[in-house]
Amino acid sequence: MKKTFKLIDLDCANCAAKMEDAIKKIDGVKSASVNFMTQKMTLEADDDRFDSILKDAVKVCKKVEPDCEIVVK
Amino acid sequence: MTKKQKRMLCRIIISAVVFAVGLALGIVFPDSTGVMSGLFYVRTGLLLASYLIAGFDVLLKAVRNILHGQVFDENFLMTIASIGAVVIGEYSEGAAVMIFYQVGELFQSVAVGKSRQSIADMMDINPEYANVEREGIVTEVDPEEVAVGETVVIKPGERIPLDGEVIFGSSGLNTAALTGESAPRDVTAGDEVISGCVNTDGLLKIRVTKPYSDSTVAKILELVENSSESKAKTENFITRFAKVYTPIVVIAAVLLAVLPSVFIGITSGEWKWSDWVYRALTFLVVSCPCALVISVPLSYFGGIGGASRHGIMIKGANYLEQLQKAKTFVFDKTGTLTKGSFAVTETHAIGISERELLSFCAAAEQISQHPIARSIVDAAKETGELPQTSDASETAGFGVETVIDGRKTAVGNSRLMEKVGAHADETEKAGTVVHCAVDGEYCGYILVSDEIKENSRSALSELKEMGAEKLVMLTGDREVTAKAVANTVGLDEVRSQLLPDGKLNALEEIYSAKSPNTTLVYIGDGMNDAPSLARADVGIAMGALGSGAAIEAADIVLMNDDISNLPLAVRTARKTHSIVMQNIIFALAVKAAVLILAALGIGNMWLAVFADVGVSVIAILNAMRCMRTGKKASL
Repeated sequence: MKKTFKLIDLDCANCAAKMEDAIKKIDGVKSASVNFMTQKMTLEADDDRFDSILKDAVKVCKKVEPDCEIVVK
Repeated sequence: MTKKQKRMLCRIIISAVVFAVGLALGIVFPDSTGVMSGLFYVRTGLLLASYLIAGFDVLLKAVRNILHGQVFDENFLMTIASIGAVVIGEYSEGAAVMIFYQVGELFQSVAVGKSRQSIADMMDINPEYANVEREGIVTEVDPEEVAVGETVVIKPGERIPLDGEVIFGSSGLNTAALTGESAPRDVTAGDEVISGCVNTDGLLKIRVTKPYSDSTVAKILELVENSSESKAKTENFITRFAKVYTPIVVIAAVLLAVLPSVFIGITSGEWKWSDWVYRALTFLVVSCPCALVISVPLSYFGGIGGASRHGIMIKGANYLEQLQKAKTFVFDKTGTLTKGSFAVTETHAIGISERELLSFCAAAEQISQHPIARSIVDAAKETGELPQTSDASETAGFGVETVIDGRKTAVGNSRLMEKVGAHADETEKAGTVVHCAVDGEYCGYILVSDEIKENSRSALSELKEMGAEKLVMLTGDREVTAKAVANTVGLDEVRSQLLPDGKLNALEEIYSAKSPNTTLVYIGDGMNDAPSLARADVGIAMGALGSGAAIEAADIVLMNDDISNLPLAVRTARKTHSIVMQNIIFALAVKAAVLILAALGIGNMWLAVFADVGVSVIAILNAMRCMRTGKKASL
């Protein structure tokens, strides 16, 4: 499953790159991209574990950039 | 400015005022710089206060990030640099560095926010709502909720939310957001309309033909949103570079702080740390790779956004990068260099006027539905009314025989002329020949061919001017026709009478012949040439508006039929590339210069902060130029 999420207050391009790196390292993530320009994150991961992977992704992003918020619909 | 930015601005101003007072005290009472003076404490207190007002969040973030294992981030670096300055007694330096750093960050965030917004606005074609008519009542709903077959009402000024067919009303549609074309397109009942266009004058009712997820707008938005996922090589390189750049500079700073002092200390017995530590701190100030990391993707994003304004959809920064190196251009003929519609290109009348010849042929061909016949009728209608005919009959493989003004008229190929006993002239010219005979007397012929686009020639010569090495055309058409097109538009090479799979083989041959380090571009209309579009380094589909298949197969999509968008796309790619290069070289050069000056002990931390922030801002402003590549604009 591939889903796109909005990011709020992502204000450093370098952090975006770091977040992307960190998310890619999460087990079960097929592909991830954090787009500084469109302030969006695209996450592709296994269907059945998607929600827990998404939670992990939110967690690692918080670690990299605590100000940035991922809008989980 | 956002709330966050405004708050930051307030903090900077307060901090700057406190800082100025502290600094002024030092100037008015020079003695106060002496350690023992009571004013010293006031002054130091003010400077420290200004430091904390400006930078407390940076300090907090630095601590938090270290706890999270993120060591080499900009907050950490600025913290070390400023605390270091305070520790060695340079209070004003410490505070100034922090204030300037925050000013720079604020400026950057405003500039990036603005540019991002303006690019996003430009690409905004998303319809926010649809006025759907259900049981006679019009309600506003999300376009996604509208089902196929429902009726949607579009008022003047509104965007068409879904693809459909007009069932009521007529109006002009502004397709500028999709095609970059400013002239409105007139539609009336029965016409197909595509989502994303803006209805300019009349009220329209359409019957929805596709669900939102399959509509043109959704397809394009998907393309644009995913476009920044495929990153350019340069972009990846910069991200990798940033990862190693910061640690290297930090390590260099540590070495610079320790080694010379130790060396001098051992050799001279005099231990003086502060000078070299100061130089090392200056290193830390420029160790953030932000200017590069921001400006490179921003440039590509700007280039993609600017191109989209002209109806050029680019699927990723990597294709811009590839297009920039393009030297070989392979064209499909029909629908790319030519209009894909037939038109009269020559009338050769014998014994009658050219107008008469055209109207006789047209009158006879009226009964035929063949595209060639239609083109003759269309051409004749432009010059006036058609004469009346009676007893018209069409014979497949021959033509049409009819009676005009009581005279037997035959219009068709040379076989028909033979049949009616007229001696037909032959021609070596390209295209399809339609002969005409009246009462068995030969009257001349009309040459019908696929019309070459008006701007094919100028577009191709523009490509040549830009350094294209080879322009090739692939076609399944007869050699005569292909050669004629080639000569008219100025191609270097033609491969004609190709079968569909022959196109791919021809493409491979051209591929192996191209010079190294350049790329090959294939331009087609997306019909039957998906393999070629995929095989080329950059596949460009033309006139893709309303054709979902073409949008999917190509790397770059020209939404309209205008081939002059091709050189424009190449120019955008080149401009973007040169701006990216400028930014990279400029940022690196300034940073290198600051590092060298700092190591030599020339310049101070202020200079370093200025340089660092200044480079970022200039790079961002430079990146914004990518958005503005006009037609025929000079670089």
